[in-house]
Amino acid sequence: MFLKKYIQDIWGAVKSLATGMKRTGYYFTHHKEIITQQYPDNRDTLVLPERFKGEVVMIHDENNEHACTGCTACELACPNATIKIITKFDVDAETGKKKKAIDTFVYHLELCTMCNLCVEACPTGAIKMAQTFEHSVFDRSQLTKTLNKPGSKIRAGVE
Amino acid sequence: MFEEVGTTTEGDLIINMGPQHPATHGVLHLVVTLNGETIKNVEPHLGYIHRSIEKMCESLTYRQFIYVTSRMDYLSAHINNHACAMCVEKGLQLEVPPRAQVIRVLMDELTRIASHELWWGAMAMDLGAFTPFFHAFRERESINDIMEETCGARLTMNYMVPGGVMHDLHPNFQRRVKDFLQLYKSKVHEYDEMVTGNVIFQNRMKGVGIISAEDAISYGCTGPVARGSGVSCDVRKHYPYEIYDKLQFDEILETGCDSFARYMVRVREMNQSISIIEQLIDNIPEGDFQAKTKAVLKLPKGEFYSKAETARGELGVYIVSEGGTTPYRIKFRSPGFSNLSILNRMAKGGKIGDLIAAMGTLDLVIPDIDR
Repeated sequence: MFLKKYIQDIWGAVKSLATGMKRTGYYFTHHKEIITQQYPDNRDTLVLPERFKGEVVMIHDENNEHACTGCTACELACPNATIKIITKFDVDAETGKKKKAIDTFVYHLELCTMCNLCVEACPTGAIKMAQTFEHSVFDRSQLTKTLNKPGSKIRAGVE
Repeated sequence: MFEEVGTTTEGDLIINMGPQHPATHGVLHLVVTLNGETIKNVEPHLGYIHRSIEKMCESLTYRQFIYVTSRMDYLSAHINNHACAMCVEKGLQLEVPPRAQVIRVLMDELTRIASHELWWGAMAMDLGAFTPFFHAFRERESINDIMEETCGARLTMNYMVPGGVMHDLHPNFQRRVKDFLQLYKSKVHEYDEMVTGNVIFQNRMKGVGIISAEDAISYGCTGPVARGSGVSCDVRKHYPYEIYDKLQFDEILETGCDSFARYMVRVREMNQSISIIEQLIDNIPEGDFQAKTKAVLKLPKGEFYSKAETARGELGVYIVSEGGTTPYRIKFRSPGFSNLSILNRMAKGGKIGDLIAAMGTLDLVIPDIDR
């Protein structure tokens, strides 16, 4: 009786190991079913999902105009003080009235956690998340970015 | 009730396991007192990844603090965010639209599968089997791709907001989830072939790491750890939130009390999550994905508590509000911390080799323990 159980145990063990090895052997002989993804070096053809949160960028149109009014809603929404908006007063050439506008939109990428709250908070849709993913630089100061392009101004009609 | 710390006598060996040990899955530091190969005492030393998340949350508004909780139990980030969003909604007495509820449950269950997949691979790797890790990551990868498309991130999504979810579902979501279900079903038998039925695996798991039902209750264990000891504690069943009371699923209970029972609970739980997704994927109601909320959220003065079932157990969120825009005090009842506290009781008297296997079945995520 003892011997029978002993042999049964050994047989069961060999069988279970063979089942596992069969699966390993299957993948050893079916190379096409193995999925190995390489690091995405194919920058030109790589398509990331449009919602992928890489970094915050400001949308500029072809006339170098953006939609940021400098309302600081994104600055208040940010949990990490990633965004700092420095405003100035533009003088309208025709009416002579002073109008608030952004001077620099400072964005600290090193503090950003890509939570998307600033994009949600923006009332004019001036900023969005870009699909970049390689942010390594040699110096920390390079991570502090100015999002509005030089010479850009607010699009007419955006309040 | 709690175990006394074992006294060290001459001839005992004290070894430090971790904080950078490959089998502790993070910066867990265990001070193990050994007599030969027998464990006399295990003492976890915490604090290596303490970021004071609870204190941080006190200076953030009710919209902002949710993203931080993704960094606690990063493997069930959605469910952490979900519990926080539910607590804020309870304070605001906000009704979540039915579409948002379904999206939330779908995301929770996908997260649960992804978390259990990773645990399954890491668990097998703890025992010396390297191949299952890659098999588990194959399926997990397709869940991550679904998350990336809809939420914009693969791990720390920040998808739940008070009142609903941040974006609507991606147009490809249903098709990709159906593809994943098909993939999972065609591959799930490999799990049993490679690991569950394996004689070496079974001998190392069965009868090891015993947690009795009484111990599981008195140490506050929840989730698969308690359910492996036959303690019914699924928050989704006992205190249903969102639409869980309308869904057909079983609470998995095993009565083995050992490591193998906890293993089986998780493997069977994945199938239950698959069945929940199947029930919902074709029945996502139309409508808003986010309730209308004010720009600045202010909770009324009072105390609010909500809980959710993460992949590791019961996560409780307790908010004390003084009526302002930021919480006065936040407390998270994390499942990992309670599950870790039983480690000494479980491992004492066992062998050092079994400590790794038994600890693997607790499914510890260290940032969840330290917060």
